[in-house]
Amino acid sequence: MQGSIQLEISRRVLLISSAATIAVNGVVTRDAAAQAAGSQMNNTEVSFVVNAESRKLNVDNRTTLLDALREHLHLTGTKKGCDHGQCGACTVMVDGRRINSCLTLVVMHEGDEITTIEGLGQPGNLHPMQAAFIKHDGFQCGYCTPGQICSSVAMLEEIKANIPSHVTENLTAETKTTPTEIRERMSGNICRCGAYSNIVDAIAEVAGTKA
Amino acid sequence: MRAFTYERASSIEAAAKAAASNPEAKFIAGGTNLLDLMKLEIETPTHLIDINSLGLDKIEPTSEGGLRIGALVRNTDLAAHERVRRDYGLVSRALLAGASGQLRNKATTAGNLLQRTRCPYFYDTNQPCNKRQPGSGCSAIGGFSRQHAITGTSEACIATHASDMAVAMRALDAVIETVKADGSRRSVPIADFHRLPGDTPEIETVLERGEFISAVVLPPPIGGRQIYRKVRDRASYAFALVSIGAVIQLDGTGRISVGGVAHKPWRIEQADAELPQGARATASILLADAHTTEQNRFKVDLVERTLGAIIAEARG
Ligand SMILES: Cc1cc2nc3c(=O)[nH]c(=O)nc-3n(C[C@H](O)[C@H](O)[C@H](O)COP(=O)(O)OP(=O)(O)OC[C@H]3O[C@@H](n4cnc5c(N)ncnc54)[C@H](O)[C@@H]3O)c2cc1C
Ligand code: SF4
Ligand code: FES
Ligand code: FES
Repeated sequence: MQGSIQLEISRRVLLISSAATIAVNGVVTRDAAAQAAGSQMNNTEVSFVVNAESRKLNVDNRTTLLDALREHLHLTGTKKGCDHGQCGACTVMVDGRRINSCLTLVVMHEGDEITTIEGLGQPGNLHPMQAAFIKHDGFQCGYCTPGQICSSVAMLEEIKANIPSHVTENLTAETKTTPTEIRERMSGNICRCGAYSNIVDAIAEVAGTKA
Repeated sequence: MRAFTYERASSIEAAAKAAASNPEAKFIAGGTNLLDLMKLEIETPTHLIDINSLGLDKIEPTSEGGLRIGALVRNTDLAAHERVRRDYGLVSRALLAGASGQLRNKATTAGNLLQRTRCPYFYDTNQPCNKRQPGSGCSAIGGFSRQHAITGTSEACIATHASDMAVAMRALDAVIETVKADGSRRSVPIADFHRLPGDTPEIETVLERGEFISAVVLPPPIGGRQIYRKVRDRASYAFALVSIGAVIQLDGTGRISVGGVAHKPWRIEQADAELPQGARATASILLADAHTTEQNRFKVDLVERTLGAIIAEARG
């Protein structure tokens, strides 16, 4: 019985793959079988720009943008907290907008421009937001910090673009940068160390408002 | 996550056809709900159809004076749109009360309507759940049911619909436009779009296999004070225990739709008619058939009090 199932499987494999891709032991890798089947591929090629550098990857379709950045491009500044959109540690900017990189597939980013914490500033050449986080002690363990910084930089742009928030009083007036606005707009970034008040101070300084 | 093949759709019709021909295919829009569920293997599509490049990201006026919102318009862009803020403030308010800035930048109009429940047993693949695994039983009935529905429930499922935006859309009588695999189109009023659980809680909307949402249409503006109140366990970035979307006119008449209490946004037109009589009269009709558990009975009072606060705010 088992023998006949195995025979059945190897016949199917033979049908969908060319004899040349079968290794000596008669086993075909999934990739080879998938390639032979054309559009049935579990891998896709994707090209995009990360921190002003063109990148091209051929990845398993399941790869999230977060895993592509960390595991394939070795940009480990972006952190994985929950992997489910609940903490904000993985926040990066795609075409200038902040998103959770854990809830998007890298193959969905063909042609996009991605900015991670490594692209915002480097040692000796800090982004003003990075410098402000250091000045105000906007962290303890630092795990949430890259996400907090990417999120806050994009968040201030959202206020400039007059995007309202839950605490904006008048939807038809111009949006203002107040500490209440900053707190609400940063609620997608959780800090287990509870550095929130210093984080708000740092962001308020960059925004040019008093916290 | 299970392996899957991936394609970028070239047209709405092609996407609908591809989805109809493969029962294991799914559309992916923002991905914020689908990927979350795929990681837990609650959703296990073997093929994904990426619908992000179909040009469905526009908001346009309709000839009747309303707005047609493309299915792929992001929640942030819908909330920030000038006409939406001015004429349909309820939609902006409901969207801004949901999720986080990052999530709203990705989440789409169609994806938001189709997001699945947040019932903890639906998420826990070790527990029976009729919605996840038809026929396995409902762990919430007799279990931890504080977040669950209090009306329109069935013996099979007491889950709620989690969308804030849908509550606002229901109060405004939005219409969902779709394209089927055979190319035919239809318009479904939001009142008829989401289903009650009945014996088949796994079927959540009237969409057929492969049917594609192309747009959501808002009828001409109806004015009034538009108020969205969401009561939740923390002040931001949390789902509703109870939420109410209301449009209250100067004379005290209006309409309300309630979230967090049923398998769909809950609106009863006879209850709307009671609004001038106050919160108690309105809530007693809205929840006349309430079926609560020990743990979620508080939602009955919460609906009435939230409504009272809204009516006071509209008068003030
Ligand atoms: C941590 C967290 C907190 C959240 N908080 C809230 C909250 O407070 N309030 C709230 O309302 N929501 C909340 N959400 C849910 C969020 O709003 C949804 O995940 C989002 O709206 C889904 O949209 P999407 O475009 O990402 O959908 P996707 O994940 O891409 O798709 C969802 C479903 O819709 C289908 N689909 C998508 N587009 C179409 C189409 N055009 N035609 C047919 N089918 C389609 C997909 O096949 C899939 O089954 C939260 C989510 C997370 C992760
Ligand atoms: S309430 Fe519905 S979703 Fe939750 S366990 Fe019961 S059947 Fe599943
Ligand atoms: S890792 Fe993406 S939100 Fe937590
Ligand atoms: S600094 Fe430790 S989690 Fe924020």
